[in-house]
Amino acid sequence: MKGLRSVCAAAALSFVAAGAHADTIKVGVIGTMSGPYALFGQNFKMGIDAWVAEHGNKVGGHTVEFVYRDEVSPNPAQSKALAQELIVKEKVQYIAGLYFTPNAMAVAPLLQEAKVPMVVLNAATSSITEKSPYIVRTSFTMFQNTVPAAKVAKQKGAKKVAIAVSDYGPGIDAETAFKKTFEAEGGSVVEAVRMPLATTDFGPIMQRIKDSGADMIFTFLPAGPPTLGFVKAYIDNGLKAAGVKLMSTGDVVTEPDLPNIGDSGIGILSTYHYAVSHDSPENKAFLALLQKGGAKLGDVTMTSVAAYDGARLIYKMIEATGGKQDPDKAIAAVKDMKWTSPRGPVSIDPTTRHITQSVYLREVEKQDGKLINKEIETFKDQPDWGLVKQ
Amino acid sequence: MRTILGILPDALAYGMVLFTISIGLSIMMGLMRVVNLAHGAFTMIGGYLASFALVSLGVSYPIAILIAVIGAVIISVPFEFLLYRRIYRRSDELTQILLTIGITFFIVGIANYIFGPTSKPIPLPEMLKGPFDLGFRMIPAHRLFVIGCGVVTAVALWLLIEKTEFGVRLRAAVDNGDMAEALGIRTQIVYSVTFALAVGLAAFGGVVGAELLPVEPFYALRYMVTFLVVVSVGGAGSVTGAMAASLLLGLADTTGKYLAPEFGEFFFYVAVIVIVYVFPHGLFGKAH
Repeated sequence: MKGLRSVCAAAALSFVAAGAHADTIKVGVIGTMSGPYALFGQNFKMGIDAWVAEHGNKVGGHTVEFVYRDEVSPNPAQSKALAQELIVKEKVQYIAGLYFTPNAMAVAPLLQEAKVPMVVLNAATSSITEKSPYIVRTSFTMFQNTVPAAKVAKQKGAKKVAIAVSDYGPGIDAETAFKKTFEAEGGSVVEAVRMPLATTDFGPIMQRIKDSGADMIFTFLPAGPPTLGFVKAYIDNGLKAAGVKLMSTGDVVTEPDLPNIGDSGIGILSTYHYAVSHDSPENKAFLALLQKGGAKLGDVTMTSVAAYDGARLIYKMIEATGGKQDPDKAIAAVKDMKWTSPRGPVSIDPTTRHITQSVYLREVEKQDGKLINKEIETFKDQPDWGLVKQ
Repeated sequence: MRTILGILPDALAYGMVLFTISIGLSIMMGLMRVVNLAHGAFTMIGGYLASFALVSLGVSYPIAILIAVIGAVIISVPFEFLLYRRIYRRSDELTQILLTIGITFFIVGIANYIFGPTSKPIPLPEMLKGPFDLGFRMIPAHRLFVIGCGVVTAVALWLLIEKTEFGVRLRAAVDNGDMAEALGIRTQIVYSVTFALAVGLAAFGGVVGAELLPVEPFYALRYMVTFLVVVSVGGAGSVTGAMAASLLLGLADTTGKYLAPEFGEFFFYVAVIVIVYVFPHGLFGKAH
């Protein structure tokens, strides 16, 4: 009797709970909240918090709630489990985040089945958006940032380039994009090294690059602790002193790392879609919002911008579907959105569902005693070169 | 030839880091017969203490090394007194492995709780920053310092073991603990001092080697296999063996990274397999 009563009570409770949650729309955010890449997951949260602070947590009478999960490292199985848990237990209507490509790839197959759209806030391999029609991306791709890098390398007079990239999806994309573009422009690639993701000692790699006789290094490593080691090895092994130039995507010289690289980093070139120093009213307002939310200016990276714009997309999708779970309608609503982001004018490409944006050439420079990535050239409206049929 | 000259300094630096960290473990395993899987955890404590001292207290690099070494030894005292004493020489390996791996997880957890889950920088002093010109190639100045530290450690240990009264007792306790005790050597004291020495060396290696093996939350687990490999290849308890093993494995690993970086640690383990196949008790080890 007692057992029956408690079952009834539990059933009643769950009914009440379901009723109460009907107008709360949950968004699951999977990001590197702890571990060596924690800064970038915390930037997801900073960007989303900034959007919510600016626009409130209500969309058409529905309350939006962000639920965070920690992906720690490239671990596809774990990220898939987290996404499953978010969908089944938390009943999220949207998924956002994903720092690493392999993790994003692992989540993709769940989306179709669960009718959940996903907004990728970092993972940068081109093919991710092809894995499901329910994926949009507000970050960047390796191709997008690397094609301009190769063009700049040629302009700067580089003839023989050594490529060193991390040995995983985005690294291979970067290598392919650079090689193809640079060779098409008439340059030659004399060395291509793929470094395991766990590499901590870059001394031997630098020595090998030096022996190859290259006059420029192009590199990509995912933003995080190893990038600092790479740049330090480049300087400490005398390659900078010998006049070998370093060209990279912005991941390698994120603003939080610049103070650690120090003055010897001045002059390093990179191409990227966002610099904290980007001079626009939208960026100033965005940085002010972040600081109001308690973020330190020295901790801001590109993932906060991607998250801020990602939240914009999610709000739009909720608005378009009236809070119902209708992924086709949601994706259709954001397919040709255009707006001015803190990084500059952007739009979502309706066929690739990837963000089209300006890519900037930047140079590390000292301004008011602080190292910054100064934007010195703009490449307008860059699509994802990896998916565009050229 | 140029290639060999290019690889050698890096190989030497990496080998010396391996030696400085692993020699403490080697002495412990040779003397106390404890498979101390928590050795990497004490190395990590050294790294965390140095990082904290440099970044938060703002002390100079040499002082930070001192704080790391002394701090790690002090932290290890309760572990030695309450736990390790029970497993010296006597217990079976399974007990030792379970106990010491438990200590490792405990320390990893505590370190994460106190210092947070991100990797920790150990900023170098101006003097060790930047490149140094060797004539045939440039090398980070810090690597020369690491090589120097390894040589000094090896010489100091050799003098301690071969030339001092303590060394005599130590060797006696290694060769035949029961007989040494019967002759009036207080082996318990020898063991405790050696334990402290091993922890101190671990912490020292953790700090000076941080450029090659960065200090991060799972340091203790990530590099433990490497340290154990050095001991087993060199032969437990042998300074010469640990040195030879460190240099050989450092050379294998660095050459692999130079010639075929995409293979990761493949060459390191190939070298291990070959050496262990030819020398089942390690290069300079004795069959027990």
